[in-house]
Amino acid sequence: MTVSVEPTSVEPKQGKPAEALRPHAEEAFADELAALAAQDDRPRPARWKLSPWAVATYLLGGILPDGTVITPKYVGPRRLVEVAVTTLATDRALLLLGVPGTAKTWVSEHLAAAVSGDSTLLVQGTAGTPEEAIRYGWNYAQLLANGPSRDALVPSPVMRAMAEGMTARVEELTRIPADVQDSLITILSEKTLPIPELGQEVQAVRGFNLIATANDRDRGVNELSSALRRRFNTVVLPLPESVEAEVDIVSRRVDQIGRSLDLPAAPDGIAEIRRVVTVFRELRDGVTSDGRTKLKSPSGTLSTAEAISVVTNGLALAAHFGDGVLRAGDVAAGILGAVVRDPAADRVIWQEYLEAVVRERDGWKDFYRACREVSA
Amino acid sequence: MTGVDENGGAEAPGSGGGASGDGDRSIEGVTAAVGHENGDGKRTGGGRGSRGVGSGPLLLGVRHHGPGSARSVRAALDAALPRVVLIEGPPEADALIPLAAEEDMRPPVALLAHAVDEPGRSAFWPLAEFSPEWVAIRWALEHDVPARFIDLPATHTLAWGRDEGDGGPADAGPAGDEGADGPADEVPGVGESEASEPAATDAVRVDPLGVLAEAAGYDDPERWWEDVVEHRGPGRGDVFEPFTVLEEAMGVLRETYGTGGHDRDLVREAYMRLQVRAAQREFGDDVAVVCGAWHVPALRRKSTLAADKALLKGLPKVKADLTWVPWTHRRLSRHSGYGAGIDSPGWYGHLFAAPDRPVERWLTKVAGLLRDEDRIVSSAHVIEAVRLAGTLAAMRGRPLPGLSETTDAVRAVMCEGSDVPLALVHDRLVVGDVLGEVPQSAPAVPLQRDLDRIQRRLRLRPEALERELELDLRKETDAERSRLLHRLRLLGVAWGEPAISRGSTGTFRETWRLRWEPELAVRIAEAGVWGTTVLAAATARVEADAVSAAGLADVTALAERCLLAELPDALPTVMQILADRAALDADVGHLAQALPALVRSLRYGDVRGTGTGALAEVAAGLAERVFVGLPPACAALDAEAAEEMRRHVDAVHGAVGLLGEVAEAERSEPAERAADERAAEASAPSGVSSAAAPGLEAGPSAPAQRGLRGRWLGVLKVLGRRDTVPGVIRGRAVRLLLDDGELAQDEVARLMGLVLSPGTPPGDAAAWIEGFVGGGSGGGMLLVHDERLLGLVDAWLTGVSAEAFTDVLPLLRRTFSAYEPGVRRTLGELVRRGPGQRGSAAGAGSGIPGFGADLDGPRADAVLPVVRLLLGLDDDNDLANADGTYLANRDDNAPANADDNALTNADGNDFVGVAG
Repeated sequence: MTVSVEPTSVEPKQGKPAEALRPHAEEAFADELAALAAQDDRPRPARWKLSPWAVATYLLGGILPDGTVITPKYVGPRRLVEVAVTTLATDRALLLLGVPGTAKTWVSEHLAAAVSGDSTLLVQGTAGTPEEAIRYGWNYAQLLANGPSRDALVPSPVMRAMAEGMTARVEELTRIPADVQDSLITILSEKTLPIPELGQEVQAVRGFNLIATANDRDRGVNELSSALRRRFNTVVLPLPESVEAEVDIVSRRVDQIGRSLDLPAAPDGIAEIRRVVTVFRELRDGVTSDGRTKLKSPSGTLSTAEAISVVTNGLALAAHFGDGVLRAGDVAAGILGAVVRDPAADRVIWQEYLEAVVRERDGWKDFYRACREVSA
Repeated sequence: MTGVDENGGAEAPGSGGGASGDGDRSIEGVTAAVGHENGDGKRTGGGRGSRGVGSGPLLLGVRHHGPGSARSVRAALDAALPRVVLIEGPPEADALIPLAAEEDMRPPVALLAHAVDEPGRSAFWPLAEFSPEWVAIRWALEHDVPARFIDLPATHTLAWGRDEGDGGPADAGPAGDEGADGPADEVPGVGESEASEPAATDAVRVDPLGVLAEAAGYDDPERWWEDVVEHRGPGRGDVFEPFTVLEEAMGVLRETYGTGGHDRDLVREAYMRLQVRAAQREFGDDVAVVCGAWHVPALRRKSTLAADKALLKGLPKVKADLTWVPWTHRRLSRHSGYGAGIDSPGWYGHLFAAPDRPVERWLTKVAGLLRDEDRIVSSAHVIEAVRLAGTLAAMRGRPLPGLSETTDAVRAVMCEGSDVPLALVHDRLVVGDVLGEVPQSAPAVPLQRDLDRIQRRLRLRPEALERELELDLRKETDAERSRLLHRLRLLGVAWGEPAISRGSTGTFRETWRLRWEPELAVRIAEAGVWGTTVLAAATARVEADAVSAAGLADVTALAERCLLAELPDALPTVMQILADRAALDADVGHLAQALPALVRSLRYGDVRGTGTGALAEVAAGLAERVFVGLPPACAALDAEAAEEMRRHVDAVHGAVGLLGEVAEAERSEPAERAADERAAEASAPSGVSSAAAPGLEAGPSAPAQRGLRGRWLGVLKVLGRRDTVPGVIRGRAVRLLLDDGELAQDEVARLMGLVLSPGTPPGDAAAWIEGFVGGGSGGGMLLVHDERLLGLVDAWLTGVSAEAFTDVLPLLRRTFSAYEPGVRRTLGELVRRGPGQRGSAAGAGSGIPGFGADLDGPRADAVLPVVRLLLGLDDDNDLANADGTYLANRDDNAPANADDNALTNADGNDFVGVAG
């Protein structure tokens, strides 16, 4: 027997958007979404707030016919966004993969906001995520008082999304224990969620879909079973394409973090940041920035996020123990720690990099010496 | 034939009217965007309408290598049934057309035209299975209809290349090749014969497709063309319609842009018009012409015979020869240099071959490939991929999923977002491994002619009889001969085998063993795919070999041969690959193996005057990597591996010595070197104690060695000092440092004392000794001259316990048996004379340090019974005599007589027998 979950009026959104530390995407960009919806004359899949084209525009930015400027939410290959949106339109689940700091969560939030107008149907994956978080739980007071009934049932965000034809999000899917992950299989293939206790089931209505994010370079995670994997179309979000873009991201983030930690602003840090980003990029890509020399890549991920932490660390060092200016010596130890994860293999790789690339580079002498010092 | 006429007549006008629906819309769009008024559009429309019964030949404008065009051509030919098919291509190849019908002719193949007396000047007309021209040829052959090529003869087009290639004779080859592909490269094929356009005038050329695509709102001309032409399903509506529409569009473009910078097109088109006219005279209007769409308006245009003939007057000429050569899909694809201008021959081939549902079939193919590579890809994956591709196409506003949509779908659904398996798909399917075949009866390849010419010039006749050839590389002719033989060897033509030089080991002398076997001619024919001259072919071959080489050492060897064969054009590629391989190779052994060959190449390069700057750079980089990797790689090795590593150390030492001479002059102060050592130390696997053997630190402050050599010595010091490094390597390192004057004798003696002190396991000590003085490294002489060291060895040896002795015996034997007899004898004598005053000898002043000045009487007497036994002497006289002689001999240093020899040899051998 099929029942539909009442479109439970979501608990009143308490903090007014303006006061929230971080408003949801659909609130922060409500104007843009409204403008897009108003001028969107293309066919929309059932229960979509916008057509796929408009969703892509919302993410990638653009100018509408009436002159409304849509800010780009994601800076990256158009192809990826198109594949992601198309996947959702074909009611396949979408898996966003990438190393930390590649805007997976960001993209998933905005996709959900643009498609369903609600990005809050979210399951945060952790090692302790229980099955109830994906299927449903019980209100035990109700359960004891009245016995099993729909009233005693606490729907999960996924269940609500199914019933209402919305987009659900699962963050860090690979952190969830494997048995809990697999409870998604029925949901994604049968599009139904049985409730054996009541002899009922919840069938997904058109418009339901699921966006999961996962980190593909992390260790100690629960690999997806191939049965579950098969239910997803995968889009890998790449690291920033150019040095400039990455330097920009790093320095902006570092600035934000530094301010929240009350670190004195480094007046001349940009050169050092550039250097850190260059080192990370070169080792990550296995080729020097001029594209002429190949390098071995160490085992660490060397993501943008790590570059940010190296620089923040260096800033703290410079502020508290140095003269306040970010110098090669302040970041050297951090870089070494980020690069050399495997003490034998990575160290040789790092040494090779120092000798073959850093030593020869103009203006990097101080950096070379600093690295040699901490490497010794 | 009238039936045919009627048929064609009935079809054609109908098509003119029917075409307007679909065709006119896009054309109008084009005209408007290009800035033409409607009037223009109408006028061209009128021109189109003129094609009807008896109004002229059937002009089929195509895009070279377009599967859609190919399909349309076949349909159009089937419908029109012409009595002759004229094809854009060099008319000299007419005689070769029947070969296309043969069993063993398999596309992709190319028509190759080359100047007879200059095989490097050549041009290719590649034809794949899905090329409209190929389809037309096959159609003609199947229907017993004559097929003819009507483009300007290669005689002229090749000569054009010559006028422009005047910059230098070396340009000839490349210029010819570019001529073949240049146009295709920037114009995706429409209206361009791949062969006849010289590359020089690129800049001003118009890309007709680009203009049309832009007008239609596409940023990528390729994609526009695919959407409009290639992806059209077959059999919908009138078969002539695509050609009509295209002709109209091209007509507009030609009116706007004229020849669009392709000025030679005028000449070519004049020639084509003449040919078409001739064919019309012969066959009436039942003439079909398959040519680039760009040329169609020009062929349609009425022009007087005289005007056309005037254009063709006074064209330059060379004697040209044509043949079929096998081609590959890889060469058809744009990124492999030759390129006939399509990115995805495999995809086009699929589009052409697939009877229906191309996307479904393609994705099934992809799934099959991925399954073969052990990826789990189920039918459900294929279904989802098809859905995604279809929706993506809709989202991007394309009529049918193209290659980019299917690729995106494959990535997202089948490859889990990864580009790695996708690269495989691209390589195997999108480009594809298809290799064409050409029947045996095809005319000889130009490579053979080039070889003949060179053989005549160098007076190097191919003879079946084996003979030796001595070459003196300082002479120009001999050097060229050597280069030729090396190049042929690279091409797999084993005419000459290098032999060991007699007498001289100088680098300017080479000996070859020559023998011409008949099957070498076949090899040359096979090598013909690589190029038209020996030089070009060898270059291409080496580059290909380098890309596919398995190991680092292979690439190094290739670089060496590259220098020997003097292929400067191939060198950058080989060097790049060499540097890449070296960077990614984690095995120090491989690196160490590669280094000597590289350095050898450097020296050869010097002898032959080849530029070796890049090589030196790569070699220095390689050496750096060896330095960094060597200390950690030397830890925890078993005896065999240690022995191998010792050889590597030797090889690197030699190479660094040579390299240091070649190019070194930079910073690296002692401080940095100390840091080097520290770093190398630190790079050992953790848990290794390096506390022992502090000796090296106290070494004499060496002269500030610079650069590579200095760093290498730093590495050696680390090796010599570290306990976890096997003895044989440590000994070797100390020895090399001693030889280089980096360690003083005192210091070495102290180190040796440390190693040979009682605490060290005897096996380890023996290995150290082997490393230090073993092999053919002149270690024996060292012991002869520094008796302190000999004394240390001697004392250690006598102190080895009986049980341990049997363990170290084989090692010692190996060490000492390699010495020359003279050295062994002297050593034996020294030991025999005894280390009596070892330690205090310094004060005595006379004699050799470490040994007493005089004979130790009682000990000498002790051996007498043995000597007597050995010499078979039985009375005292004889012995005294012999003894006397012996002693005298020792004292006087007189020349040895036979008796002495016997005695001392026996003595020396005895020592060896004991010691090792």
